[in-house]
Amino acid sequence: MTFDEILQKLQSQFPNAILGTEDSKPDRAIKVAPFDIPTVIRYLKEELRFETLGDLCAVDYPALPAFCVVYHLQSYAHKTLVCLKAYLPRENGASLPSITSLFKAANWFEREAYDMVGIGFSGHPDMRRILCPEDWVGHPLRKDYVTPDYYNGMPVPLFFEEQTPSEQGEHSK
Amino acid sequence: MSTPHSLVEGHLSESVENLRTDELLLNMGPQHPSTHGVLRVVVTTDGEIVKEAKPEIGYLHRCFEKHSENVDYMGVAPYVDRLDYLASMNNAMGWAIAVEGMVGIEVPRRAEFIRLIVSELQRIASHLMSFGTYGLDMGAFTAFLYAFRDREKILDIFEMMSGARLLYNYMWVGGVARDISPEAVARIKEFLDYFEPKIDEYNNLLSFNKIFIERTKNVGVIDQETCHSYGLTGVMLRGCGIRWDLRKDLPYSIYKEVDFEVPVGSGEMGTLGDCWDRHIVRMREMKESLRIVRQLIDKIPAGPHRGKVGKVVKVPAGESFSRTECPRGELAFYIISDGSAKPYRVRCKSPCFLNISTLDEISRGVMVADLIATIGSLDIVLGEVDR
Repeated sequence: MTFDEILQKLQSQFPNAILGTEDSKPDRAIKVAPFDIPTVIRYLKEELRFETLGDLCAVDYPALPAFCVVYHLQSYAHKTLVCLKAYLPRENGASLPSITSLFKAANWFEREAYDMVGIGFSGHPDMRRILCPEDWVGHPLRKDYVTPDYYNGMPVPLFFEEQTPSEQGEHSK
Repeated sequence: MSTPHSLVEGHLSESVENLRTDELLLNMGPQHPSTHGVLRVVVTTDGEIVKEAKPEIGYLHRCFEKHSENVDYMGVAPYVDRLDYLASMNNAMGWAIAVEGMVGIEVPRRAEFIRLIVSELQRIASHLMSFGTYGLDMGAFTAFLYAFRDREKILDIFEMMSGARLLYNYMWVGGVARDISPEAVARIKEFLDYFEPKIDEYNNLLSFNKIFIERTKNVGVIDQETCHSYGLTGVMLRGCGIRWDLRKDLPYSIYKEVDFEVPVGSGEMGTLGDCWDRHIVRMREMKESLRIVRQLIDKIPAGPHRGKVGKVVKVPAGESFSRTECPRGELAFYIISDGSAKPYRVRCKSPCFLNISTLDEISRGVMVADLIATIGSLDIVLGEVDR
């Protein structure tokens, strides 16, 4: 099943949810309205036999400005994969519906997207940070992220650029 | 201490009925030999039965994805080596293929041959590690020593080729860092002849050992639906009887020119998709890897070992999602390029991350000792889980 066939099927099924395509090279993507993501993915899973969620990640675009959540669905039957993208306004508290009820893999993927970029997933059973500690401040993969100097009193970049290691002791006071 | 009232004869049967058990919260890890790294599992037990096993990850997190946004495409390669540090060659090949696909770099045939030979040897080394430590988890210490003896021979070959024993920085964009020497070829051939009979020996030692079978059959069963729902790949998928291997089904590099089988689990000893099935798939894959190396080692064509690539790899603006079959499953790199020297965003989808996320589901209601057997059969490397 080629990209165009998938696109055609989706467009005829969900004329309002499919917002167009992104013709980047070498891989193209389908733009989907954020709140229709679960219905579109359910259709892909149940009707078009995309059995597996290959990947889910979030990207920060401060220039647009927008957050983008990228879904890669994988099909063993068609030996192909399809990329869906949902753009969200770039603001704290941006969220979109979770797809954990469709794919259990989404559970940890969505937690990671929340941890790294700070996108909420409504309906997620366990929305916590996964890689960073619970009390970490900020979301590392945002483009405007600044590494904190201290975490619980410990200097984060162990050696500050303008300092020599011997001076570092003063900082930890 | 006086005899407890309940133990006085006549009261015993009554007291058993009133016996109350409490759930016990057990922290397994982050420093525990059977977790294969810094993994912490919060286990809730009821006696010997596991009620819940929640993996807590992140102890090795160094944010590979952020690092890669600050270096150029060649500079990412050494970081990639450190993801799955037991299969550096396979990881680095995944990265190289992803970048080459975006730029359209032609890899010389000699380099393709060297890449395949090296990555299949790495697969054997990685599976040997898994085989050895799995035996160790099950209380069979001898298998571990044999596995490490043979893994050492592969590392020696890699040291000869790249100068390093664990993190090689050998697969570069456009080819490989150094050419393969005739001595290395001779050493690889020697290893092939040496190792071929050893696999059967190890199967007799561990895989078909009665105690080992009793410990691993019908334990940690994953059915096909769970497998798809969790997006499991690699040995986990093939252990459930699904014949899917990227090297066969969507061949990259020169895999379509070599002949090999894709071993799958069949529930020989118990249920389909149990720990024993996953173990035996790894053992059989080693044999297939040997077969691939044998087909290539005599036919390495002459020519350059690296294509024409500038000092700085210029990647045109675009996106690519490229997958390769690593020993632990499908490793995917999703690269977004904005046309500058550094990647805009790099996403690494690691197979181990998904493998360990199944732990809670497959270990509910098993004995605590079986939890160890299950974690061992997932064959995780925390460097790749946490990235």
